[in-house]
Amino acid sequence: MYDFEFVKPSTVDEAVAALSSEDAQALGGGQTLIPTMKQRLASPTKLVSLLGIASMAGVSENNGVVTIGGATTHADVAAAGLGAVSTLAGNIGDPAVRNRGTIGGSLANNDPSADYPAAILALGATIVTNNREIAAGDFFDGMFTTTLEEGEIITAVSFTPPSAASYQKFEQPASHFALTGVFVAKTASGVRVAVTGASEEGVHRWTTAEDALNTNFSADALEGLSVSPDGMIADLHGTAEYRANLVKVLAQRAVASC
Amino acid sequence: MPKDNGIGASSKRREDVRFLTGKGKYTDDINIYGQTYAYFVRSQVAHGTIKGIDSTAAEAMPGVVKVFTGADFEGIGGIPCGWQVTDRNGEVMQEPAHPVLAQGKVRHVGDPIAVVVAESLQEARDAAEAVDVDIDELPAVVDMKAALAAGSTKVHDDLTSNLCYDWTLGGEKADVDAAFENAHHVTTLDLVNNRLVANPMEPRVAIGKYDAADEDYTLYTTSQNPHVIRLLMGAFVLGIPEHKLRVVAPDVGGGFGTKIFHYAEEAFCTFAAKAVGRPVKWTADRSEAFISDAHGRDHVTKIELALDENGMFVALRTDTMANMGAYLSTFAPSVPTWLHGTLMAGTYKTPHVSVNVRAVFTNTVPVDAYRGAGRPEATYQLERVIDKAAREIGIDPITIRRQNFIKADEFPYATPVAVEYDTGDYDATMNKLIEIADIAGFAGRKAESEAKGKRRGLGINCYIEACGIAPSNLVGQLGARAGLYESATVRVTATGSIAVMTGSHSHGQGHETTFPQVVADMLGIDESMIDIVHGDTSKVPMGMGTYGSRSLAVGGSAIVKATEKIIAKAKKIAAHLLEAGEADIELADGQFTVAGTDKSVAWGDVTLAAYVPHNYPLEDIEPGLEETAFYDPNNFTYPAGAYACEVEVDEATGKVTVERFAAADDFGNVINPMIVEGQVHGGIGQGIGQALLEHAVYDSDGQLLSGSYMDYAMPRASDVPSYVVDHSCQTPCTHNPLGVKGCGEAGAIGSPPAVVNAVVDALADLGVTHIDMPLSPNRVWSAIQAAK
Repeated sequence: MYDFEFVKPSTVDEAVAALSSEDAQALGGGQTLIPTMKQRLASPTKLVSLLGIASMAGVSENNGVVTIGGATTHADVAAAGLGAVSTLAGNIGDPAVRNRGTIGGSLANNDPSADYPAAILALGATIVTNNREIAAGDFFDGMFTTTLEEGEIITAVSFTPPSAASYQKFEQPASHFALTGVFVAKTASGVRVAVTGASEEGVHRWTTAEDALNTNFSADALEGLSVSPDGMIADLHGTAEYRANLVKVLAQRAVASC
Repeated sequence: MPKDNGIGASSKRREDVRFLTGKGKYTDDINIYGQTYAYFVRSQVAHGTIKGIDSTAAEAMPGVVKVFTGADFEGIGGIPCGWQVTDRNGEVMQEPAHPVLAQGKVRHVGDPIAVVVAESLQEARDAAEAVDVDIDELPAVVDMKAALAAGSTKVHDDLTSNLCYDWTLGGEKADVDAAFENAHHVTTLDLVNNRLVANPMEPRVAIGKYDAADEDYTLYTTSQNPHVIRLLMGAFVLGIPEHKLRVVAPDVGGGFGTKIFHYAEEAFCTFAAKAVGRPVKWTADRSEAFISDAHGRDHVTKIELALDENGMFVALRTDTMANMGAYLSTFAPSVPTWLHGTLMAGTYKTPHVSVNVRAVFTNTVPVDAYRGAGRPEATYQLERVIDKAAREIGIDPITIRRQNFIKADEFPYATPVAVEYDTGDYDATMNKLIEIADIAGFAGRKAESEAKGKRRGLGINCYIEACGIAPSNLVGQLGARAGLYESATVRVTATGSIAVMTGSHSHGQGHETTFPQVVADMLGIDESMIDIVHGDTSKVPMGMGTYGSRSLAVGGSAIVKATEKIIAKAKKIAAHLLEAGEADIELADGQFTVAGTDKSVAWGDVTLAAYVPHNYPLEDIEPGLEETAFYDPNNFTYPAGAYACEVEVDEATGKVTVERFAAADDFGNVINPMIVEGQVHGGIGQGIGQALLEHAVYDSDGQLLSGSYMDYAMPRASDVPSYVVDHSCQTPCTHNPLGVKGCGEAGAIGSPPAVVNAVVDALADLGVTHIDMPLSPNRVWSAIQAAK
């Protein structure tokens, strides 16, 4: 790890100001950034911790909308009684990761194998930042890329709870990240199916499945569909064909357990 | 009623008090006044020519004491290999130089090129980034078959090829071939024994220290065998007289074989300590361990089994390519040969067995012994081909094994592959397995699995292994450049407590608990009066260390021999004190008694007399009570057992879950049942890891793709079931005084074939006949798709 400056502001404004200096980097729970820095693969000159901002932590519900603060840990989300979202959070990493890692950090990093992006996309959630609101569909922009501006902070995520939802994660044997994960949600605007871990484009919706499920919400409705391996990730743990198979199998299982 | 002291007692591991409370003292816990820190600059390419190294900028950086390169080691010995294999034509193996720091070429990712020694680790690492290494990359040799092909790039320019040796063992080729030609049925199987990384919890660490006034060197190191390091490094690398070199291996956090070997970092730190005039410390981080610890396994094998019309084995033929990596690690040549070929007969009476092994150099990390070392590779191929044959000819997997067993009344049994099993009862362990695994209930469990949409399979495996490799004069003929005895000194104090200095080394095995049980039992005193001293060449007589499940069979036997000398002398003293004849003295429960009388003296009376010899037969014996013994066994020991694994397979995803696992082992006599069970548990866990999860994968450029825990899958608690283990079948070893055989590696040897046999059983009706390890979900799913 190289030397760096560390600040822990108590307000979003202070954090935004601190992030304006060159090579400053926001720090959530540090579950990705700190190991990367220890390997000397990242070298920010200043870390701006978001964990001291009280307004960014915690889960609340108002007028039927759930809001999760950007600095809320996975453990706190897991304990918040949010159905499939809580179940998802409770299976991220291990207890150490869940007690440090935050939803804002995970979304901003947009690891193609992370769990939260599938939930956020399937729920049609809104990403709230220090200066705007971004629809989930406009937020993810390919592997490790989002439409966040330089220095922009995810202060919260909000969504309307689905009438039914399930997340099915197939763990990569070594990392226990999602080799592939599928989040199915019945929302006010219809069924949404979001897939993580599979595509070279990062998290995405499987709209063909959504169409089929909007007509007939059952695992059988997906039976006749096939997923193309084109554009799927291929690595040590899964070929493109294998991931394509997992997308369908997991989607069916998610529907069945909704 | 279970014993609570001595042999057979499940005494709690006394060392665990310090391990579990964070009080263990590991090498990295040692910090010496004035120490410096070493950071290695390692090759990032698999093969290349070093055009130049510019360390000028690094030397000028803050805190830098000195930058070392290969030039500093010109004229210094290379890392020696401890075993010379002679090939099928009587020629010795090709043995390349193995420099401490690269000389002109790099040969694997991780090959050390330069070292920065600095005031702090951070400064050393900063400066290491400033060392400018100019390398002309060469094509990498990764695949063994390609490495042996004519015209392949050579890993070592001065060798004739990438073939280290082409070795054979067993029957005459003509006899074996004839048996195959006349066989009723031949089953053939091509398989891979996957390359593994040992991953002990504690990474390797070395601290070198030099005392200029006394010209003494000390090396603190994470070693399984400090005396071997002293000999190899002192005599063959650095030229330090052994009496001027102390090697200390304090608490060591797991070894699994990979800490047997002498490594360049040990020699570097010792050498550099003198060069910079200060202690030099190096601690591997996990990423560094992946590319610098010797790897394990990595065999590619074709095995053929010939059977008669009754399913009796008539001949076995195997051909293996064994990866040596870029250099020969300390015991690497012995693993695919004498620790592998000699076990190819298994527990069976196959009359003709022929083993061929070609060892191959590649641009990968050196490969050497890893828990089981050769025996898992032998067991895996044998037990897989037997399972395949049973299915092909329609015989139950238990029946085919049982009918080919060497029977209990046929020992000693000389196999066609050079070894003689002293004792065993394979039907007994199979019977025990059938009971504890509830084989009869399998059909019901299979139906339950099917009811929830899962396939269920049962895998059977029988293993035999060889522990306590010996005797020294034989292994010398086989190419070992070391003896394989063990030493012990039993030092009794005036007040009767005892320190036992053993050449064995504990790095998780529980010697500090088990060894006192042996001595306590012999003397009839409490275990708590006895402590074990190990891991320091300045305290312990020359010993050979711990590997190959040898510690109790060989090291324990040395302790018995030394304790017998103690008893003999103590009886002389007691006879004098009791004014009786020495032959009439009996020792029981810590009391020396004149046979047939109530005249006795206590253990403590005798030990006090030995050191305060006021009333003492000084004319006959010396004062004091301290004895040393060296024990050199006259054969290996042969633990064996039968294992059963039940798996569920999710056909849609290929995910395998191990539902049940049972192990019936024959370890001969057992000193501490709880520790034995723990060893078996750990071994099975590693075996399940190999079968389902672990795989060191190189790409065609020689880059290690699975170089961290993000991609190298270690078994977790959730990957293994609760085991049922039994060691009540006991045929005591016939040739060591404890009748023990060794239990450290059995689990890792016996479990992988059981797991794979179970998965193939679950998928057999689809037409799946084999899947190479690790049986990852993707591989299992692909095998199902291919069979459909």
